Amino acid sequence: MSASPILSVEALRVAFRARRGAVTALRDVSFALQPGRTLALVGESGSGKSVTSLALLGLLPPNGRVTQGSARYRTRAGEALDLTQLSRRAFRGIRGREIAMIFQEPMSSLNPLFTIGDQIGEMLLLHEDFDAVARRRRVTEMLELVEIPAAASRLDSYPHELSGGMRQRVMIALALVCAPQLLIADEPTTALDVTVQAQILDLMRRLQREMGMSILFITHDMGVVAEMADDVAVMYAGAVVEQAGVTDLFAHPAHPYTRGLLASIPRPDRPEGVRLAAISGAVPPLSALPPGCVFAPRCGLAIPACETPVALREVLPGHRAACIRAEEALADA
Amino acid sequence: MLETTLAPAEATIPAAEPLLSIRHLSKRYATPGGIIHAVEDVSLDIPRGSITGLVGESGSGKTTLGRTLLRLVQPSAGSIRFGGTELTGLSEREMTAMRRRMQIIFQDPVASLNPRLKVETIIAEGLRAHRIGSRRERRDRVAALIEEVGLSPDQMRRFPHEFSGGQRQRIGIARALALEPEFIVADESVSALDVSIQAQILNLLLDLRERRNLTMLFIAHDLSVVDYLCDRIAVMYLGRVVEIGPARPLVRQPAHPYTRALLSAVPQPDPAATRQREVLEGSIPSPLDPPSGCVFRTRCPRALPACADAFPPPAAVGPERIAHCINL
Repeated sequence: MSASPILSVEALRVAFRARRGAVTALRDVSFALQPGRTLALVGESGSGKSVTSLALLGLLPPNGRVTQGSARYRTRAGEALDLTQLSRRAFRGIRGREIAMIFQEPMSSLNPLFTIGDQIGEMLLLHEDFDAVARRRRVTEMLELVEIPAAASRLDSYPHELSGGMRQRVMIALALVCAPQLLIADEPTTALDVTVQAQILDLMRRLQREMGMSILFITHDMGVVAEMADDVAVMYAGAVVEQAGVTDLFAHPAHPYTRGLLASIPRPDRPEGVRLAAISGAVPPLSALPPGCVFAPRCGLAIPACETPVALREVLPGHRAACIRAEEALADA
Repeated sequence: MLETTLAPAEATIPAAEPLLSIRHLSKRYATPGGIIHAVEDVSLDIPRGSITGLVGESGSGKTTLGRTLLRLVQPSAGSIRFGGTELTGLSEREMTAMRRRMQIIFQDPVASLNPRLKVETIIAEGLRAHRIGSRRERRDRVAALIEEVGLSPDQMRRFPHEFSGGQRQRIGIARALALEPEFIVADESVSALDVSIQAQILNLLLDLRERRNLTMLFIAHDLSVVDYLCDRIAVMYLGRVVEIGPARPLVRQPAHPYTRALLSAVPQPDPAATRQREVLEGSIPSPLDPPSGCVFRTRCPRALPACADAFPPPAAVGPERIAHCINL
């Protein structure tokens, strides 16, 4: 790995105040995103993948806060910023211009009362020094870039006049209009039909090639991970349990949870008449995590030693897993 | 290739008489903006003891079709025969009696129910409505159902919000099974679930089919899931069934250009997969104003001028398998 990641998250902890005391939603999450690459954070509900993205953007709800750790981001000017220490005000200069985001439901991020041209133009107004004519030209270019047909005439459309796929394209245009270095995409295609998802994934890949941004891609879908990611961090119940390059992760999954997740997916090439190997049970509530390895209660390989805490460690070159039996799992494959 | 002008009836009927047989079923809604063609001229057989998958994207009409089969939505035209009885002519009362034999499971079956009712009451609701058994018998029956779907009877007295998504789906299944129906429509029953939980529920449905010889219509947008669970698959696009046939051959060698595009769009959990993706342009047109002729032609990579003339007749593309396309 190159020496200078654009984003380096170290031992991040996030806690939420709840009615009955505090709940730790992220436990010592660490990962690094290299420039120009895509890192997928993959996990099921409650894994903490979305909390991670909100923490990085300073968008945690009022009852949540970072209690430990850091998230070092390298700005365009080469300055190192710890995102966990930024003031609300300082974040305003960062979001959009340095770090942009797209979410699952574009409708909730677009203002229904303003045309899409106005909304994208407002980003330019905030961050760039353009006159009205130049702004309009730049917005049209952005809509063309995200392949919205008849872009110039779409400028004056309202969000509700667009299909779901077109709205997500507008969101992407809005996110990228100030050419950010880092794009955080939280389940950007989950609400879309699969044929439209394919279009948006293609578009994101093309834009990354052309603009060179780094992407933190948050998803629950291992198929999307395989298609989009260079590197992968698998999350479970608030922690990263495995981390590897994408090819390595799919070829040699080392954590029993990753293996279970992959075995749960129905694939068209699976052998006839073989049942899917579902993971038994459910994710434990964050307020009642088991001691030691949190996956142990659902794990087929669990032994008494799994009741003591387990940390990520290298199990293959550049491949880390938080499991004391990872070598056996790998040999078993 | 066989005769291309087979009527759907002859082309799709398997040897044994199907439990459910629909012919030329349509559902149109009159709205201020015009007529919505939600389901258009669909013919389909569901053999007893089989699981038929109905797959399509949003706006395909799959949910409307599922509800029309149970007459939760009234059909505009066509026939629905269930176990030898024509359902379209039945009175509301006769239909209520018939619904003991036909049940539906929704995407989040518990969310639509009264959150103040205990799980036991929710599952027993159908039994009570049809005045089946004493209170005591109903309670025993619910306990047995709860166990059958993989929950524990000591959870009967809890409220729906105390359960996870997967457990709620199990509750919905238990509720649908309470009246011992022969036929179940499962509408996006696993779509909202995490993949590890989804596999549990799919396996539960397979167990139930074996144990109870259930017949099922499984509605989903995910072709991989449908392929895993179902014996037969019908692919819908903009109100029409465009291809139907046995699951494995249909998924391995899709015939209709839409089925091919749908399959090719599903991201596979394999970074090495160098698939030649057929990415469709645009999105599904409005059902208010569907294209003339073949409804898929506006997005079809193989469209011909003649595709605008008429919706293509069924063409046999394999054993018990048809596709509606003039350029296969």
